[in-house]
Parts: sequence; C-alpha cells; structure tokens
Amino acid sequence: MVTNIRKSPGTMPKWALAYFGLTLVVLAYGFYAAMVAPKEATMGNLYRVFFYHLPHTILSFVFPYLNCGASFLYLYWRNRNVERAAAADAFALASAEITVLYASIGLATGMLWGRAAWGIWWAWDARMTTYLLLWLLYVSYLLVRRFSATGQTAVISAVLAIFAAIDVPICFMSIRWWRTQHPSAVFGGGDNSGIDPSMVPAVLWNMLAWAMWGAFLIGMRYAIERRRQRQSNAHALGFLGDETPQAFQEVR
Amino acid sequence: MNYAQHVLTHLRKDLRLEWRTKDSINGMLFFALLVVVVLAMAFDPASYPTMTRQISGGLLCVAVLFAAMTALNQSWARETHNNVLDAHRLSAAPASALFVGKALANFLFVMAVEIVLAPIFTVFYNLHPLGQTWKLLFILPLGTWALVVNGTFFAALSLRSRNRETLLPLVLLPISMPALLAMIQASTAVLTGEFEPTLWIKVLVAYVIVFTTACVLLFQTILSAD
Repeated sequence: MVTNIRKSPGTMPKWALAYFGLTLVVLAYGFYAAMVAPKEATMGNLYRVFFYHLPHTILSFVFPYLNCGASFLYLYWRNRNVERAAAADAFALASAEITVLYASIGLATGMLWGRAAWGIWWAWDARMTTYLLLWLLYVSYLLVRRFSATGQTAVISAVLAIFAAIDVPICFMSIRWWRTQHPSAVFGGGDNSGIDPSMVPAVLWNMLAWAMWGAFLIGMRYAIERRRQRQSNAHALGFLGDETPQAFQEVR
Repeated sequence: MNYAQHVLTHLRKDLRLEWRTKDSINGMLFFALLVVVVLAMAFDPASYPTMTRQISGGLLCVAVLFAAMTALNQSWARETHNNVLDAHRLSAAPASALFVGKALANFLFVMAVEIVLAPIFTVFYNLHPLGQTWKLLFILPLGTWALVVNGTFFAALSLRSRNRETLLPLVLLPISMPALLAMIQASTAVLTGEFEPTLWIKVLVAYVIVFTTACVLLFQTILSAD
C-alpha cells in the first residue's frame, strides 16, 4: 500500500519543529516592530492594524494560485499516479482553507481600519468588493468539498478551483471598471500610498512572518489531510479481507 | 454523425421532453412573476419613476437568475432516471455535445421566460426606458447564456452531491458575479440612458467566451467523476 509512512507519525519531524520555532520568533519580532513603529499622524495607534492587514490581504491573493496549481496537477495525475494525485488534492484543500482564513483576517482587519480611517465599517469600493468576492469564491469551494459525494470530492473541487482561479482576474477587472464609473466618495487615495520610511521595516518583517506562518499552516493542514486519506484508504481496505489490522496499524 | 448533429440530437431530445411536460418553463415563469411581485413589496415602483429605472435592470436580472436556478437542477435530474447518465458515459458521442445541447435547451427556456416576463415587468413597474432599447436584444441573450452555461455546468457538478438543491446557488452565484454585474450594468445603462452599455457588453462577451470554453473542456472530467 502506501510506502512513504514515517515510523512515528504521531510527531512532527525535527525540521518542521525548527521551522515552527523560527516562525514564532519572526512573528514575535514582527509584533515588536509593529508596536515600536512611530505613531501615525492622523489615526494614532489604531493604524497599527495595518501591519497585520497588508500581509494577510497580499498573501490571500497568492494562496488561491497554489490551490489552482495543485488542482491542475490533481487532474493531470488522476489517471496516471493515484498517490501523487491524492497529495495534490490534499495540498489544494490545505491552500484553500488557508486562503479563507487569511482572507477572513484581511476582511476583519480591513473593516477595523475602515472604521478608524473613514468612520464606516464597509464601503462598496473596488478593492473591498473584489476582496469580498474572493472570500465568497473560496468559501463556496470549501462548502462544495463538504457537500459533494465521497468519491467525487476531489474531481469536483479541482474543477471548481480552476473556475474560481479564472474568475478572480475577471472579477478584479470588472469591478474596477464598475467603480471608476461611479466613483465612491468615501475612498480617498490608496491606503498604503506613500507610507513613512520608518514604517517599512515593520511592514517587511510582518510580511515575512505571516508568509512563514501561512506556509506552516498549509504544511500542517496538508499533513493532516494526508493522514486522513491514508486512514480512509486503510479503512476501505479493511472491508476486503485479512490485511486490515496490519494496514490500519501502519497508519495509526 | 458529426459534433453539430450530436448537439442537435441532444437539444431536440431536451426540447421534446420539455414540450411534453412543460415543467421547467411553467415553474420558472410563475417563480419569476412571484419574485417581481415580492420585490414590488420592497419598494413602490409606480411612485418613483427615476429610481425604478435605475434599479429595474438589476431586478429583472435577479428575477431571471433565481428562476433559472429552479429549472437548472431539474434539467439534469431528468437524466438520472433509469441511469440514463451512465448510458451517456458509455456512449461514443462526445460528452461535451451532451453539455452544449442541454445548455442550449436551458438557454431557450430561460429566454422564453424573459420574453414573457419583460412586458409584464414594464407594465407592473410602469417603466419608461430612456436609452436605446434595441440594445437589450444583445444584452439579455448574452447575459442569459453566461448564467445558463455556468449554471448547467454546476448543476451537473452538484448532481450526485448530498444536497444539490442548496449547492447549486452556493457555487453558481459567486462564480457568475462578474456576468451578473455586467448584465445589470448594461441593462441599467439602456433603461436610464445615463451611460453607454458598450463596455459591459464587451465584459459579457469576454466572460461568455472564457467560461463557455472552460465548461466545454472540463465537462468530460465532470461526467466521469468517480
């Protein structure tokens, strides 16, 4: 059956632990850098949410393309290499979940920022609307994974992931045209148009920290999904005959 | 048989089935009518002609979209009786011909509903369009095809899922948001006459080309997804 099982699957490998430790250190330093950055002139300390908002939003436009790439690989390997196809599917699921997580954090911090900067929680301006649609697309992707019939989940969600990835640039362009036609009164200038140079280190450190953290979460989720796949394979084999106990032992 | 003949055969079969039962069209028509009435509860269309012009395009598109969704699930449910779908999989005919045939049939049904609904809508909402109304002859079919082609595809995708009635709107609405936006903007442009619908017609054309291609290419994968 599956060959690439580690001897003690209950623990993380050493390099993953080391990476996790490093990520925590960078996150802590990012937090420190964000907190000691100079106070902003008009918004005061409230602007510090920006250091969390920017990395999360940028990264949540990166992860969907990991998801789309993994889905293409899944469709390519589906009838060629079952094991790799399963791995690609697990990766697609992991990246979609982290996309939704990061986009949710991006939306929430963006609303906090909007409330502080413009006095309203939400404006239907181009960026926010596009971003909300991105979030909706990947939430619907996760719902489809949950609802679809067992044997078909991977195929259906791979196809949907490709549709979603095609849709993101179309959404982006059409909403930009929409909002240039009816300019919104609330939104004046880009939110990071010309930040003070003293804030740049904090932005970069947080960018790195949250990218590392996102990669860690995707890896973790991937490992969990792979284990679930192995377990359900072993479970399915269990209905076939005697090899159950051994196959099941192997993956537990 | 060549590809066009396969498509035509599927289309003819779907039209014949619909002609005998008239389930989809009757259901859609009445549902769309109900949506129009319900929306008239939300605001008073007769007393505010300017506002009515501004939002009527959107309301009509939304009514049509909701109505189409009720019929799209049914269109594949027909194929599941007596395992017809398995026969389709075994058949030597190209799978995408089945899809194109069904999408065309659904397109014709929804267009029929729109043709009936548009005059009713104009009368009920006391609508006086200010732009060039003939442009709706491009906008409505393009927008309808954009919604129906994706809708037919996703209805097939959610065919064997646990709760397919719920799943279809959940998938279809986010994906077709740009098409819906373009259709609404273009028809609002025509009704109010305040701006040109050209840009939005272009968006619709691009959307239709991209997603029709994607659907045709990926349908085989969906049909044999086990």
